[in-house]
Amino acid sequence: MELIVQVCVSGLLLGGIYALISIGLNLIFGVVRIINFAHGEMVMVAMYLTFWLNYFFGMDPYVATIIVLPVMFLFGVLIQRVIVQPIQSSSANMKIFATVALSLILQNVALIVCKGNFRTVQVPYGMSTFELAGIFISVPRLVAFFAALGSITLLYYFLKYSYTGKALRAIVEDHTIARLMGVKVQRLYLLAFGIGCAFSALGGVLLMPFSSVYPTVGIPFTLIAFIVVVLGGLGSMGGTFLAGLFIGVVEAVGGTYVSPALKEAIYFGIFIIAILIRPQGIFGKGKGSEEVGLK
Amino acid sequence: MLNIQQVDAYYGDFQALRDVNLEVTEGKIVALLGPNAAGKTTLLSAISGMIPYREGNISFQGQHINAMLPEDIVSLGIALVPEGRRLFGTLTVLENLEMGAYSKHARKNLRKNLDKMFELFPILKERSSQQAGSLSGGEQQMCAIARGLMTEPRLLMIDEMSLGLSPVLVKHMFNMVSEIANTGVTILLVEQQVNHALKVADEAYIMEKGHVVLSGPSAQIANDDYVKKVYLGK
Ligand SMILES: Nc1ncnc2c1ncn2[C@@H]1O[C@H](COP(=O)(O)OP(=O)(O)OP(=O)(O)O)[C@@H](O)[C@H]1O
Ligand SMILES: [Mg+2]
Repeated sequence: MELIVQVCVSGLLLGGIYALISIGLNLIFGVVRIINFAHGEMVMVAMYLTFWLNYFFGMDPYVATIIVLPVMFLFGVLIQRVIVQPIQSSSANMKIFATVALSLILQNVALIVCKGNFRTVQVPYGMSTFELAGIFISVPRLVAFFAALGSITLLYYFLKYSYTGKALRAIVEDHTIARLMGVKVQRLYLLAFGIGCAFSALGGVLLMPFSSVYPTVGIPFTLIAFIVVVLGGLGSMGGTFLAGLFIGVVEAVGGTYVSPALKEAIYFGIFIIAILIRPQGIFGKGKGSEEVGLK
Repeated sequence: MLNIQQVDAYYGDFQALRDVNLEVTEGKIVALLGPNAAGKTTLLSAISGMIPYREGNISFQGQHINAMLPEDIVSLGIALVPEGRRLFGTLTVLENLEMGAYSKHARKNLRKNLDKMFELFPILKERSSQQAGSLSGGEQQMCAIARGLMTEPRLLMIDEMSLGLSPVLVKHMFNMVSEIANTGVTILLVEQQVNHALKVADEAYIMEKGHVVLSGPSAQIANDDYVKKVYLGK
């Protein structure tokens, strides 16, 4: 009994980071209508940036967010402007090629520049835990969870109450009509891509105190974010959040009681079932997989 | 005010508009009538900048708008209430109206214009925090018109306003159109309800197969033998 609770708590904490990364993907999906296959590489690049800032300047990973997040926001804006915008009206296949290519390029650049080694940052709190009612809780993981929760809440209020946020939601609904109202959609695409990348970058930074970075570290995150968005529902922030937690718990439980090697098979199983029974998303009432060309 | 000369428009290889000429005089209600697939929606799309392949000349208050983008055309004072309403369904009624006021010039007067809209359509005030997708057909149409008016248009184009509405509601909506026109907004009305449209309009154009086949003062169009036979069923 203790063990299962312990496993679920660890899963929930990890799920917070999954939710964070997935919400970034969902925003890009919903607003720009592109499947960003390089999304996990944003996590990877942010992790390397955090690593270097620590390695060269001794900067604490949490402090590094003040540099990494703006840099990754601009990186996202640049990707949208240089890679996505020129092919905005091309076929879905073309867009898939473009972002898959970007993901391969980033992985290989990382391999050339950083070699294939696993890199970690050494921080005094990396291994620290505390006990609560017999459950052990990792401090950096708990910090990651609440930071994720905080930034998701912030994004939620931004989308709900700010004028720009409302325009982003209007674009998710109908970008043609949004233009008719005078919304400069191209600019908001840049913004959405920037925010989306900054969110996955924050996920990367938060992972750094307790995990290592290597060139292909981003691959599973793309996959997970993809599944979480489909489960959560396109355009549904709340749904994505819950789905992120769910996948975190599934991973932890599956990894403990079945086999860590099978965790991807488990995700995919859930993914396929979800598409078959409820393409509009399990946890949210957003638009679903059919919208993003999965069905 | 709006001057359309020899306009052609294409969807790929398909030519949807052929040599269309049309003129909207300031302060008037102009009706654009015609059967399905005549190209009425296409013409409104061309005016509002949504069709990239358009030839000929479209000018609004002396300014050529052929090559302009939809987001810029709206700030010149042309608003489109699109066919099928196309509200932002998950946004609230209030948020839809706020989106109408997105352009700089309209945003300055957001509060004032909101009050005007709630006065014009009191039901929208009641429904203001409800999702637009949950409104009834008539309420959605009112919301779509109000959203268009929030852009502070000098020319309001309404596409198939009465589609799917009950006869009582259709009558009410046509009265609203007259009322809006009385506030000084020029109106271009695309309609299948030929009878009603000819009653409120000052001028009318009949379009068939991408081409204007008849035009004139609406009283004259209403008495035209061809129109009587084909459109009014007399
Ligand atoms: N997006 C599109 N792509 C290709 N062809 C189109 C498109 N939209 C309209 N058409 C075609 O252009 C022609 C004119 O269509 P349009 O929608 O302008 O007609 P309409 O007069 O508005 O008809 P309705 O009364 O049914 O709304 C039709 O033959 C239609 O099939
Ligand atoms: Mg039409």
